Amino acid sequence: MIPIDYYLWLSAALFTIGVLGVLFRRNAIIIFMCIELMLNAVNLIMVAFSTYLNDASGQVFVFFIMAVAAAEVAVGLAILIMMYRNTQTTDINVLNRLKW
Amino acid sequence: MTLNLFYFLSFVAIFSALLVVFSKSPVYSVLYLIITFFSIAGHYVILNAQFLAVVHVIVYAGAIMVLFLYVIMLLNLNKESEPHKSNLLKFAAAICSGLLMIVLVGSLKGTEVLVQQAPSDIGLVKNLGKVLFTDFLLPFEIASILLLAAMVGAVMLGKSDKPGDNKIHVKQ
Repeated sequence: MIPIDYYLWLSAALFTIGVLGVLFRRNAIIIFMCIELMLNAVNLIMVAFSTYLNDASGQVFVFFIMAVAAAEVAVGLAILIMMYRNTQTTDINVLNRLKW
Repeated sequence: MTLNLFYFLSFVAIFSALLVVFSKSPVYSVLYLIITFFSIAGHYVILNAQFLAVVHVIVYAGAIMVLFLYVIMLLNLNKESEPHKSNLLKFAAAICSGLLMIVLVGSLKGTEVLVQQAPSDIGLVKNLGKVLFTDFLLPFEIASILLLAAMVGAVMLGKSDKPGDNKIHVKQ
């Protein structure tokens, strides 16, 4: 059986790559995808812990996280479409009115 | 055997996650993210969480990524010339995430290793459904309300305010 710290390293790496993407790119859609990546890193470690501790609550939480992620993506992409319709771009530097 | 499979799936997941960040075209980013999601589903199968593996493939690879791909093609973003940050900001982003990695490694290093006693079958549909419909019945129903609200919100936001803008225009 795989030791659980392997899963810890893997999901730490995936989470860091997600953070890197959010900081690295300017396209709002890519930033969205990197947020999904971070959510999945957390889901993975939750499933690993729930399996290793023999507790089903972790997997139920992952199920709810998936539902929330689906809702978030639907609303977020609708906001992106609205933003594109008004500014003709998905560059986040154009949307700097909420910055300060 | 299981360990080799774990290494292979981890390599695929991390490699394609890096390609999501560094590929030029958003369409390629979406495709690499689908590969990442499939390898994470493989990890769920290794962990004997079959219900979540199937739900993950259906929800993420089947619904969310198709939505992403659809939006990218609707906005016509599949150009190579998309905005990029300056090199200084890219360097700062790499430094920041490297520091975060160091913090995570430092906090997780030396933790007590958890050993699994017996192969658990809590990830099967039968057990998970029993838990979901007894202990977590109210959150389950509230999640359906959340999905309904998200659907209404998405339709509201995606609809244009201008009259006649919602008609289908065919560009000649």
